[in-house]
Amino acid sequence: MANASTAVRTPPSIVIATVLGVGVPVAFLAVFFAWPVAAMIGRGVAPEGILDLGGFGEVFSRPRTIRLLGLTLGQAALASVLCVLLGLPVAHVLYRLQFRGRALLRALVLLPFVLPTVVVGVAFRTLLRGTPLDGTFVAIMLALVFFNVAVVVRTVGSAWEGLDPRQEDAARVLGASPARVFLTITLPRLGPSIAAAASIVFLFCATAFGVVLVLGGTQFGTIETEIYLLTTQFLDLRAASVLSVTQLVIVVALLAVVGRVRGSTQRRVAIARRPRRSDAPALVAASLITAALAVPVLALVERSLRTSDGYGFTNFALLAGTGSRNALVVPVWVALGNSLTIAVQATVIAVTIGLVASLVLSRSPRSPTARRALGVFDGALLLPLGVSAVTVGFGFLITLNQPPFDLRSSPILIPIAQALVALPLVVRTVLPVLRSIDPRLRESAAVLGASPWRVLRDVDLSVVARPVLAASGFAFAVALGEFGATSFLSRPDRPTLPVVIYRLIGLPGGDNFGMAIAASVVLAAVTVAVIALVERLRVDTVGAF
Amino acid sequence: MIDLSVEQLTVSYLRDTSHAALAIDDVTLDLAAGTVLAILGPSGSGKSTLLRAIAGLEVLDAGRVLWRGEDITGMPVHKRGFALMFQDGQLFTHRSVASNVAYALQIARMPVPEQRERVAELLQLVGLDGFGDRRVTELSGGEQQRVALARALAARPRLLLLDEPLSSLDRELRERLGQDLRRILVDTGTTAMFVTHDQGEAVLVADRIGIMMDSRLVQLGDAAQVLAEPATPAVERFLGRQ
Repeated sequence: MANASTAVRTPPSIVIATVLGVGVPVAFLAVFFAWPVAAMIGRGVAPEGILDLGGFGEVFSRPRTIRLLGLTLGQAALASVLCVLLGLPVAHVLYRLQFRGRALLRALVLLPFVLPTVVVGVAFRTLLRGTPLDGTFVAIMLALVFFNVAVVVRTVGSAWEGLDPRQEDAARVLGASPARVFLTITLPRLGPSIAAAASIVFLFCATAFGVVLVLGGTQFGTIETEIYLLTTQFLDLRAASVLSVTQLVIVVALLAVVGRVRGSTQRRVAIARRPRRSDAPALVAASLITAALAVPVLALVERSLRTSDGYGFTNFALLAGTGSRNALVVPVWVALGNSLTIAVQATVIAVTIGLVASLVLSRSPRSPTARRALGVFDGALLLPLGVSAVTVGFGFLITLNQPPFDLRSSPILIPIAQALVALPLVVRTVLPVLRSIDPRLRESAAVLGASPWRVLRDVDLSVVARPVLAASGFAFAVALGEFGATSFLSRPDRPTLPVVIYRLIGLPGGDNFGMAIAASVVLAAVTVAVIALVERLRVDTVGAF
Repeated sequence: MIDLSVEQLTVSYLRDTSHAALAIDDVTLDLAAGTVLAILGPSGSGKSTLLRAIAGLEVLDAGRVLWRGEDITGMPVHKRGFALMFQDGQLFTHRSVASNVAYALQIARMPVPEQRERVAELLQLVGLDGFGDRRVTELSGGEQQRVALARALAARPRLLLLDEPLSSLDRELRERLGQDLRRILVDTGTTAMFVTHDQGEAVLVADRIGIMMDSRLVQLGDAAQVLAEPATPAVERFLGRQ
């Protein structure tokens, strides 16, 4: 590739490789992302092929739209504030103090974040069933906070870990009480990371789908669930695209904010110390919060083992069937098989395209034009992060059903959609590692006689092997739990596990509720196992958020 | 009159969560009012930990710290009325020069007009007249150390602790600032204790010198006397090598 060491005369194979390296990811994004999203926007702003914003006026004059928009933003704002308040003491304890069992505790606190959204929804339905909170706004709020506290703990924690504690020491010696040190020194220094974490949580909550759909019914929701309902239940595609465009604008604006506040990620040596007396309030708070995080998971597992006469594996045995009232077309185990197959396919697509794109992006070409082009490419790759999965699924539905890409009945559609959702994650795990390779390493290899391909193999690919493995695990876990896009594209005879769980929880009579819970436990167990393997690789994944 | 007494102080630090090693081993010393004591020793000898322990920043394994006969071992850091200045200043980067200096005054709830007056006076004392509105990140290393000194002196601490205050500066600046530091400490009558690995710095600033090696205080006396009569061959080697 256009490396400084090969600038004398670039071999044709390298030129071809570069063109392919840029071309394949760009073509993939153009066909499976830009086109569907553009078509979806077109439905909203120009339904007859000419610009007509009347749809916006009509949709926004509906009281339900205004209510849901307010609900989406208010809900996300409240959840962000709560996550920050609860996450700060935990971040302090887990990243600033040194004690036995800290690594395990960190892993447990981060667990909720990797659980599939549908599983979290089912867990809270299980926990709150029979209480006045079931089906309320409070239930949704609890689930959103449960889900996202980990974002604050991890983002703020890793910033906190790197803060030099001697500024706090200086303030304490100058007479500042612990509370005052926190308010006047620590908090201002953590400001950027708190802002970044809060805006990411806001983003996740504002586009929350699976959790809200399972817990909210038709009364509560987000723009995201409303798009789903408008499309699948009311067939009001125009209103759905108006809402998609609205959401797109909000999300892109938010991403810009995140990019701005996401300060420098320079990392220092972590300095942890033994707990002291003034840490008592934080320790108590962190213990309570951590214990609270375990409750929904434990409730889910406990309920999955409950049978009509005590405890047993009846609910799991029922997964071999199709549920009461013929809820499903295929047995749950078949759906699990589908999920695993599709997730593997999605992982292969996401990792292949993500790795090729990262290799290209990690080069620094000499020509300013090429550099600028790479910058645009970089931004384009992260765009799917900003567009909701429901929008992507919806876009697929209205574009890929006609020539030249009549993929409506093709089984490859779901893996492609899931790969799009996982792609930014892959790039953000792999690219920083490639960028951190000292270019002199490649130059030394070249000087020692390695051909450009050999340099690529011996330097880049060997350094990036573990991060690629970690990214594969992440992509697999994300694909496995993906519900937003999949719910649009999945067909009744070939459902994935999250789709089956949603179906079962929606028809709760007979054995169905117990089956939904057992299936959730299975899905959670597979996901957690994959993430545990990824964690063992010890790749720095903070940037992946 | 004796201001500070340290009795049989012992501090261990965690090497990892299961192994502890001694950072300070059974250190005892007295410091008379208005004197400046330099703790001299090679890096890793425990001298910074001693300073931090006196400030109350370390968990003690054994020993007591007394101020004018009163046991302050259990007193929280912020109630001791001391001040601590670090090697690299540790200025509050999100605050201006003036609000760094005023930090302890704000805590003491001094009225704002008086705060301003005191800050101006201190900045003049350290030779940074008119620097109040600057951002601390714009300052040079020497200027930052001067701000840190002004901040430490602001609330008229009973005891000023200085952790290698001049080490991050180049030689010429170190000598100039060392002389300034001596003058300011004497003029303000401040009881002070500072740690350094630089013999020249110790002589320049201190009345008395203590030598720390391998976590223990091996010698303590008047500056000239310690340099003239090293107590052990190890001390002699350490002093002679510089």
